[in-house]
Order: sequence, then C-alpha cells, then structure tokens
Amino acid sequence: MKIAVCIKQVPDTTDVKINPETNTLIREGVQSITNPFDEFAVEEALLTKEKYGGEVHVITMGPPQAIEVLKNALAVGADKVYLVSDRAFAGADTLATAYTLAKTIEMVGGVDLVICGKQAIDGDTAQVGPGIATRLGIPQLTYVSKVKEIDLANKKIVVERMLEDGREVVQSTLPALITVVKDINEPRLPSLLGIKKAAKAQIPTLTAKDIPVDENRIGLKGSPTWVMKVFSPEARGGGEILKGELTEVVPLLVKKLMDSKFIK
Amino acid sequence: MAKLLIDKDTCTGCESCIPACPFGALSMKEGIAVVDEKCNFCGACVDVCPVSAITLEKEEKAVTIDTGAYKDVWVFIEHEHGKVASVSFELLGEGRKLADVLGCKLCGMIFGEKVDDFIKEAVAYGAERVYVTESPVLKQYRADPYACAAVNLIRKYKPEIVLFGATTQGRDFAGTVATTLEVGLTADCTGLDIDPETKYLRQTRPAFGGNIMATILDYPNYRPQMSTVRPKVFPMPPRDDSRKGEVIRESLPMKEEQVRTKVLEFIKGTETVNLVDAEIIVSGGRGLGNAENFKVIRELAEVLGAAVGASRATVDAGWISYEHQVGQTGRTVRPKIYIACGISGAIQHQAGMRTSDIIVAINKDPEAPIFKITTYGIVGDLFTVVPMLKEEFKKRLGR
Repeated sequence: MKIAVCIKQVPDTTDVKINPETNTLIREGVQSITNPFDEFAVEEALLTKEKYGGEVHVITMGPPQAIEVLKNALAVGADKVYLVSDRAFAGADTLATAYTLAKTIEMVGGVDLVICGKQAIDGDTAQVGPGIATRLGIPQLTYVSKVKEIDLANKKIVVERMLEDGREVVQSTLPALITVVKDINEPRLPSLLGIKKAAKAQIPTLTAKDIPVDENRIGLKGSPTWVMKVFSPEARGGGEILKGELTEVVPLLVKKLMDSKFIK
Repeated sequence: MAKLLIDKDTCTGCESCIPACPFGALSMKEGIAVVDEKCNFCGACVDVCPVSAITLEKEEKAVTIDTGAYKDVWVFIEHEHGKVASVSFELLGEGRKLADVLGCKLCGMIFGEKVDDFIKEAVAYGAERVYVTESPVLKQYRADPYACAAVNLIRKYKPEIVLFGATTQGRDFAGTVATTLEVGLTADCTGLDIDPETKYLRQTRPAFGGNIMATILDYPNYRPQMSTVRPKVFPMPPRDDSRKGEVIRESLPMKEEQVRTKVLEFIKGTETVNLVDAEIIVSGGRGLGNAENFKVIRELAEVLGAAVGASRATVDAGWISYEHQVGQTGRTVRPKIYIACGISGAIQHQAGMRTSDIIVAINKDPEAPIFKITTYGIVGDLFTVVPMLKEEFKKRLGR
C-alpha cells in the first residue's frame, strides 16, 4: 500500500506574542514546527503501513527551510520525502497549493491513500485537503477520528468522521484522501537512530520544472484570491476583576450575567 | 510574477518592517532589510516603511471573463438530520445586506431528498429565489453528489457570490465546489462587505489563531466569489412566513452508482448540548486536578443549559474526551457566554474562544493569561466559587 502524506511547516504560535504598543506580532524567536495536525497524519500513515504493509511518502511545499519538517518525518520512519520548493510556487493560495501538491502526488504515482491534517494552524482554512482530492479525482473523507478498516483487495476504506454532534461512519472506495483530527492517534517520538539517519539524508528539492505543472495554475499566478491587507484584531482588553468577599462577588457576577439576557 | 522590491539606498535599517510581516519573510542583512521566499506579497511592510523604501510590483491580470454575467448572492442552505443549520439563516441575513448594496437578488441553494419545508424556511428568512435539486441520492450530505449538484447550478445560473457556513459540512463541501470550478474560496470569514468602488466582495478572516486579521479579495477573472463564514458571527434575521419566493428546480446529473462514498451509520454524541451550537459553555482546565472533578463543571453547565468545554491539558490527561476540547487543536467556539474554570488561558486555548461575547474566568492565579481577555474575572478557588455560582443561578432561575 502506497501512502502519501502532505505536511506543512508553520510558526509555533505558542511563542507568538503581540507587541502591546504596536499591536503587531513579535516574530523574533518564533520557532518553526510541523503543523500539529500533520503529525497525526504522519503517524496514521506509519500505523497503516505497519498494519497493511507498504511505503510512506511525505511531501511538503514551502521555502527551503521547510526541509526540517521532512527530516522529522524521516526520523519517525517515513520511507521517502519530497521538498516542493520554488519561487514560482510562492504566494499560492489554497487552490494553487492543492493543485501543486496533487501534481506532486501524481508524479509519485500509484498512491492508494493520501493523508493530510485537518487544517494548518497558521491559515486555518481546511481547504487544501478537499482541494487535493478534487484535483486528483478521488473521494475525500475529512475530519477522520478513526480508520476502522482498509480492504486493499476490494479497494475499500471505512472511517469514522467527527461531526459537530456525533460521529459518522463512512465507507469509500480507494484510492481516497483523508484528513485527520487529533483524536486519531498519539504520534510517536523519533528514535535516536532515526534522528541520525534523517540528519544524513539527502532530500531532493522538486522545482516547478521537475513537476509537470501548468505554470498558470501555480503560485501567485494560479491563485484566485489575494490579501488586500493584514491588520491586528481589536485588542480584547482585560475586563473587570470582581474583588471582595465571595458571598458578595458571586451574586454580583450572577447578576451581571443575568443582565446580559443571554441566560434563558 | 509579483516582486517585493526594497530600495537599498532608501532603506535606513530602522527594522519597522520586520515585525509587520505576518509571514516572517523579512530580516536584516548588513544594515538593510532583505526579503526571502516566505514572502506572500501581502504588502503589510509597504505601509509601515517610514521612508517608502519598499514597493510591491504586481502583475496586472487582464480580465478575460465577462464579470457582468455573474449576478446575485447565493447562500447554501445546510441541513442535517432534518434541521437547517442556523448559520444558513445568519448568512441569509448578511447576504441580504450584500445583495442590497449590489442591487441584486438574494437566493438560496438547497439539496436533499424532500426539501419543501427547508425552502419555506429559506424564503421566510429572506431568500427571494431558491435553487433546488432533489434526489434520493442527496438524502444525506456527501461531497460527491452535493458538489455535482452545486457545480451544475452555479455553471448554469452564474451567481456573483456564494456563501457557505464554516461548519464541518460547509468546509468539506465548499472546498470541493471551489476546486472543481477553479475559483477562489476564503475560509472562516468573520466579516463581509462590498468594496464601494469596484463592487468586489471583501472577505475578512482571522489567521494565526486569531492573532492577525486579513482582508481577502478575488481577482475579477474568478467568479463566483465564494466564502465560508463562521457560525454565530452574524445575527439571526427576523423570520417572516408571509414572504413569497420563486423556486427553480434542476435535476441531479449523477446516479447513486457514481457516488464513491456511503454513510453506514451515525453515532449521536452523548452530550445534550454540543459545543459548536452552544450559547453558553462552561469549560474546565488543569485546575480541576482529575477526571472526577469535571462533575463540578457539569453541574453548573446543567443549571445553565450549557455545553461542557475543556482545555487541551485535561483532554491529553484523559480526564475528558476530545469532543470537548476548545482551542487550536480542538474546536473553535463562539458562545454568548464562556466560563473558564481553572484554565490558565494559553494562546492556543484563546485561539478557540476569544471571540465569545462574554468571557468569565475563575482561577486561583491572578497572573493567569486568561484574565487578560476576560469580561469578568474572579480570583479564587474554583472548587469554592463554581458550586456557589451554581447555587446562585439555581436560585435566580428557579431551577
């Protein structure tokens, strides 16, 4: 079974702070990490490989330094990794990104299952997974919290999807694309040997020339949307700390909340 | 291709541009600013440079489609288990404003097996026209037949704007439709308006866990302009059952055999109130100490008819299931009242709840970051304060 996983390098927003004076993001010292949801995607690919056999191919698109997330993937056990990086891909929105990744997956060839994280924590769109599936012409199963069964002989997969008010059990044909939520597994830590191996690995960079892409569909040129402006949200200042004896403070809070008319 | 140009002779090395870049693409090299591959050409740095050393060169795209052929604002009317999602009505309310500015019609788009009741509701909430595709294949939401129905209608009737709720279904569905049509899609919007000059849709959305906001437009070569919009951002419009609307029906160009997925079962969650729909959420954090103590949270939630939320720490510790997790790797919620008990309020947690109307925090630590965003805070032991709150609400509500 051939599995492709798409991952993204994102800023570790744990460290993102807002300058209270200028209300802008302070980026100094912000580490880059693998998007947390993508770690579950890589782990699910490894678990699937362990159960059904096969290979795990991990792809990332980004600037040259995104190679770090591929090294992490190698360290936990990915078989092959690809860095998709070219100035021509820069400025891509979700449509152009999904197109480029789909073309890369086609180039890898013979993929039975594509796994993505539910969404990336920087852009939060959750659009690239469905976009890749649509471009590849394969079914999509989003918000997957459990892979229940894979039947390779009959090319079928059964998963549980996490919805707002419950879980939906869905069956699909293979090849398919799934996007996963945190509940699906617990990502393993890399072994020392894995880290050493990853550090030594030569990771190929795929440019716009290496992937059979239509240059009108990539990067800024292939993106229907553009960012007109970015700004800081209205600061939500700290409000009122109710001070005093609890026997006074608690009824006061209850009164304030009742006055809001939101409690029925 | 677009280019960001920094004039070496003009740049004073003041570093104002560096924190302004949301993508971390700018740095200093030998006393002047340089840009790297992470640049997304958003132009944020252009505006902050005090000496105008930065310019953004964008390739002007020739408009090759007849944008005038695209008319009307459409809202996807989402339904599940026989009930229309309230976000669809909220979008009809907001869609009305956009349609009025554009001087066009507000329309609904409904798919399902039998949807007469939903059509009536869409009209009552403001749709002047409803596009409908009915088929047993569309009984339950699945991306394949729903996208097929939507693409068929959109290609034929050419709306200018299509809005979807940013729900599990809406986000799954809209991504497929936009990719098939090869048009733009802006996710999770919290603000929509029309540019007075160009009449284009301006879509404002949070990014980086709500730390920055971005306003996004679609190039005129791509129509319709499509967005998913967060539930509970816009108010419910008034319902008027006397309204009349036109109904246009199209058949589904897809048979059951062509659909690649099958819904085998739906397992309803055990909670009576789910987090996403909840008007009030009571959440517990690390301060609870163990799984058992979540009963303190549940008891208050019960009195208020609220949903139970949780911080990541409690979910990772196995005290409560993942469905309850609020925050970056859990759910994003926007209730009227969010009561955080024993939650310190790490930035990841804030990303999932900071847009709640009223935030209440109860925490022993007066320095807890949660107090920086609360409407009302009580510094105290949650095991004393929360039961007192419960009793006081019980008294006031007569429950």
